[in-house]
Amino acid sequence: MITITHYMVLSAILFSMGTVGVLTRRNAIVVFMCVELMLNSVNLTFIALSSHLGNMDGQIFVFFIMTVAAAEAAVGLALMIAYFRNRESIDVEEFSLLKW
Amino acid sequence: MYDKLWLIPLFPFVGFLINGLLGKKIKNEKVIGAIGTLAIFSSFVVSCKYFLQLLEDSNKVHEVVVTSWMSVGQLQVDWGLLLDPLSALMIMNVTGLATLITFYSIGYMHGEEGYFRFFSYLNLFSFAMLMLVLGSNALVMFVGWEGVGLCSYLLIGYYYEKKSASDAGKKAFVVNRVGDFGFLLGLFLLFWSLGQKGVWTIRFTEIAANAHLLENGGLIVTIITLCFFLGATGKSAQIPLYTWLPDAMEGPTPVSALIHAATMVTAGVYMIARMNGLFAMAPDTMMVIAIVGGATALFAATIGLAQNDIKRVLAYSTVSQLGYMFLAMGVGAFTAGIFHLLTHAFFKACLFLGSGSVIHGMHHAYHHAHLDDDPQDMRNMGGLRKKMPITFYTFLFSTLAISGIPFFSAFFSKDEILWWSLSSTRGHWALWLMGALAALMTAFYMFRLVFMTFFGEQKTDARAKDHIPESPLVITLPLMILAALATFGGLMGVPHVLGQYIGHFPNAIENFLAPIFEHTQHLHHIEAHGAAATEFTFMGISVGIAVVGIGLAWLMYCKKPQLPGLIVAKFPALHRAIYNKWYIDEFYDAMVVNPTKKLGTTLWLIFDVRLVDGLVNGVAWVVKGSGRALRYTQTGYTHNYAMSMVAGVVAIIAIYVFN
Amino acid sequence: MENLVQTAMQNVNFAAIMPSLVLACFGMVLLLINAFSRRGATAHVALISLVALLTSGYTAVMGWNNPQAGFAGHAVLDNYAIFFTIIFLIAAGLTILMSDSYLKREGYPVGEYYTLIVFSTVGAMLMASGTDLMTIFLGLEVLSVSLYVLAGFFRGQLRSNEAGLKYFLLGAFSTGFLLYGMALIYGVSGTTNLVDIGAFFAASPAAATNPVAIAGMLLMSTGFLFKIAIAPFHMWAPDVYEGSPTPITAFMSAGPKAAAFAALLRIFLVSLGSMEGTWSSMLWVLAVLTMITGNFLALNQDNLKRMLAYSSIAHAGYALVGLVAANEIGISGVLFYMLAYTFMNIGAFAVLVLVGKQGEENLTLQGFAGFGYKRPLLAVLMTICLFSLMGIPPSAGFSGKFFIFAGALDAGYVWLAILGVLNSAVSLYYYLRVMVFMYFKDPEEDFEWIQLKPGATICIVLSVIAVLYMGIVPSGVMSLARQALF
Repeated sequence: MITITHYMVLSAILFSMGTVGVLTRRNAIVVFMCVELMLNSVNLTFIALSSHLGNMDGQIFVFFIMTVAAAEAAVGLALMIAYFRNRESIDVEEFSLLKW
Repeated sequence: MYDKLWLIPLFPFVGFLINGLLGKKIKNEKVIGAIGTLAIFSSFVVSCKYFLQLLEDSNKVHEVVVTSWMSVGQLQVDWGLLLDPLSALMIMNVTGLATLITFYSIGYMHGEEGYFRFFSYLNLFSFAMLMLVLGSNALVMFVGWEGVGLCSYLLIGYYYEKKSASDAGKKAFVVNRVGDFGFLLGLFLLFWSLGQKGVWTIRFTEIAANAHLLENGGLIVTIITLCFFLGATGKSAQIPLYTWLPDAMEGPTPVSALIHAATMVTAGVYMIARMNGLFAMAPDTMMVIAIVGGATALFAATIGLAQNDIKRVLAYSTVSQLGYMFLAMGVGAFTAGIFHLLTHAFFKACLFLGSGSVIHGMHHAYHHAHLDDDPQDMRNMGGLRKKMPITFYTFLFSTLAISGIPFFSAFFSKDEILWWSLSSTRGHWALWLMGALAALMTAFYMFRLVFMTFFGEQKTDARAKDHIPESPLVITLPLMILAALATFGGLMGVPHVLGQYIGHFPNAIENFLAPIFEHTQHLHHIEAHGAAATEFTFMGISVGIAVVGIGLAWLMYCKKPQLPGLIVAKFPALHRAIYNKWYIDEFYDAMVVNPTKKLGTTLWLIFDVRLVDGLVNGVAWVVKGSGRALRYTQTGYTHNYAMSMVAGVVAIIAIYVFN
Repeated sequence: MENLVQTAMQNVNFAAIMPSLVLACFGMVLLLINAFSRRGATAHVALISLVALLTSGYTAVMGWNNPQAGFAGHAVLDNYAIFFTIIFLIAAGLTILMSDSYLKREGYPVGEYYTLIVFSTVGAMLMASGTDLMTIFLGLEVLSVSLYVLAGFFRGQLRSNEAGLKYFLLGAFSTGFLLYGMALIYGVSGTTNLVDIGAFFAASPAAATNPVAIAGMLLMSTGFLFKIAIAPFHMWAPDVYEGSPTPITAFMSAGPKAAAFAALLRIFLVSLGSMEGTWSSMLWVLAVLTMITGNFLALNQDNLKRMLAYSSIAHAGYALVGLVAANEIGISGVLFYMLAYTFMNIGAFAVLVLVGKQGEENLTLQGFAGFGYKRPLLAVLMTICLFSLMGIPPSAGFSGKFFIFAGALDAGYVWLAILGVLNSAVSLYYYLRVMVFMYFKDPEEDFEWIQLKPGATICIVLSVIAVLYMGIVPSGVMSLARQALF
């Protein structure tokens, strides 16, 4: 029997994986995909809780999150392209013009 | 009755606006000068009216609320003005002197670039100073406090093309920051500790009425008053924050006279007098004030002995005289301190303006002869008494006053302070000794100045020596008025012990200020006690001291001018040390420049109170250093930033969820 | 079917979102106008944006003291929302005023810039009037997405690219935490409505100590604290502020910060009041950390833009003190301070916009040497803004700090207030350094005559007037702030 706890643990694991990915990956696109992974773990949490509570709010929230994630992806990729044009790279480690 | 009190600060403010905004268009120096002088003169007239009214009035304390400022909970802060005998004397002092000095500036600043700027700053200064003096609560006072500081920096740096001038402005600026911080912290602590007792107020009248709620002589009241005193040392150039004042002489001479002698630098003394009830509750702080005051009086006087720049001698003399005022405050002689503040304003303004007149003349002569010798160096002067008779006589009278020659103004006030420092319940013979020694040196270096400048043979370059004119009336008129005040101003405070022999001549100033100080003095048993005979004896001693000082100066600089050279040859190290101001400036520089020595010096600093300024620099260094170190946490790498966020989240969750 | 429509329509109350609705419509019109405009012609877009802001502001002001709720409790237009709405509109308006000449100088006269500012303002307004986690999240994202683009607006400049990307990656990252926190709160309370959450925790006090609820609260606040730039979530701020176009930096340090405060205050006070012990002790530490970080790091900055960025972190720390106090004076002090900070900070930035040359290499301390003599009037205006940032009376900054610290004292947080005052003393140093350079240093040889651009000049003058007004007579604004809360 799969209980709410299983879902919660799974999403927590996914969330942590996403976080670790953000901290360790160097390619900006991969970093952003890790963020997406975090958002999807949140989606999973919302849906599981929604079904557990018998309440639709959580599922509606998920739609909003997905929409917003799409908008963010569009903007993010545009920013990366702009950066790539000037620098020929999207390595996160190379963003260090602005510091101190 | 007193509801138009706000007119007093308003007039100079209007003057500031007119000259500041339109001055560039007006161009005509006479019009600009007239506007500036009229603005402050109008406020002098209003001050006179209210002063006379207050003299007649049986109720001596009047508060006028212009408009509400802020209200927070039970705390109500107003834009309020307070007229009582203390502030009444101060506004007379400020507006009167500011009028004379602004008038004087019309002649002195003639032809200077940015003429209108100068007058608008002067008016702005007068406005801020009047706010400081009249403010009915500590915040309004602080607004004025900051305002006068700002004007002071602007005016010191007036000749901003001169590097030394802008450096001096900067120095004043930075040093005063330390002091202002003390003021704010003290205010904050006072507000809070009174609030703990259920009284949320920062109004002076209420502070005075409720000060007894705090523990008498307790730690908190000592800390509060020490913080305020730190503020006072910054503004009033006391040890350890005095170094800015001599450098401030880079500003035009009228500025030195008005701001750095007669008014602004006395703000610290005024502030202590204003909160006398609070300070009297902290005997430890009072002792610190007395010691710092006495030490400053003595220390600055020693430096004054060997300076050759006419304005620098006067600057150190100002620091020294301010030390007297603090000494008075410290031993509970509030009336005497304020009295000395007034007489000092008269004679020191006159001395500065007189020196300005001399510099003006020298400058004129050098200009005529196309020389660029230093017009402020006394070694180039001498024998000017025939060239500039009015300047000479006014200068002489003021010098007699500062030296404490009987019946000149400062004789009464200085003597009163010395008597209290000896015989007050909070006095000590050591304090008297410091004051007396400083008096001896004062008489000496002031007459040294007079002899070097006005007597002997003229040492000015031959090409220039015949072109030194007496200054025009616009300069000499204020000098004459001030000299008269410096001569006779002391009569408002003839001590009882003398007064009773001259037809029961009353001590007017003491009676007038009694509503402010008497209560405090009774409450804390502060009084000067001693037999009339003793008082006469000590009066005689101080006159003797003055005469000895003058005599020495005469001997060394008139009778046998070769003597100083012999002495210098005999004690070269001592003279060099004094001439270089005990190397204090060099010391501060070394502190900043050589951070490698920081450990040793920091330890040394802790033991040597005299060097707190160094400690301040040290703290600044540590703060800046840690800022510099912290700065490198900002690596620019996105990963590190994300890591810091995650670390923050993990730490917070660990603390609140898993404990 | 008809019933469904009816219940849906019952909850529709456009009055509850009128200001943002108006602004959003204008924004879309602006998009169209941009599409049909000649390249490089932006003045009319700026003008229409200003009109949009004014119209929106008018509808907001009209709703004062007449609270409207709608959309099934997802949004309200109460005095609180209106107060913040006005702050956002002012921030956006002042930013637009200073932008036109700036964009021309830097070679990016593009109309979409204004549209994006308008949309980010819409987002900020939604955050302030949202009464549901969903609305607040949506508002936050509308705000953020527009700002990501604005930060990276100068496509050809590597610094701007980098600022945009950093902001984007870290912002999205923080959104993850925010949402995860919201999900947990939803899981415990079973609702996303702020009032219902508050009622739930009030009814079952045990839930308020539930670790999942606490973790949810902490994660969610992280997301907002990131936007406000509270240490240790502040590290993006200096870099992004430095790399972004200067008017956008000004806007970011005022508008979005106030928006995040608006949402955070509402969530904490309405929904999570029963956890006050936890969040106020956390915010206590973070406030101190933030003040210290911001002020100490600002000490060594020579680049004025970056220095103001650090100082803006420190100011967020001061404002947080008011939230910790969580009493009437403190909270209304936060509202007051947000408005005050908007004026003084944007005023200072507008001076930078005027002084900067193309590329802004000269916005260092040395670039301001002798400024006081070359441009006395402008220097005086800058001085007033700096005085206000320092907190010297009588200026808006002083009154704001005064209210906040008085609130902290009143609530018994003596040490917090003392640390705040000490930090202000540290901050004097770096603000005064600017003034030292302005008044006591010789100007550079090739000091160019600064041309006064009308937009930026109006912006500065308005800001300074407001700063002085709020300093000399703060009671008016303060009573509005009180009405917004109680």
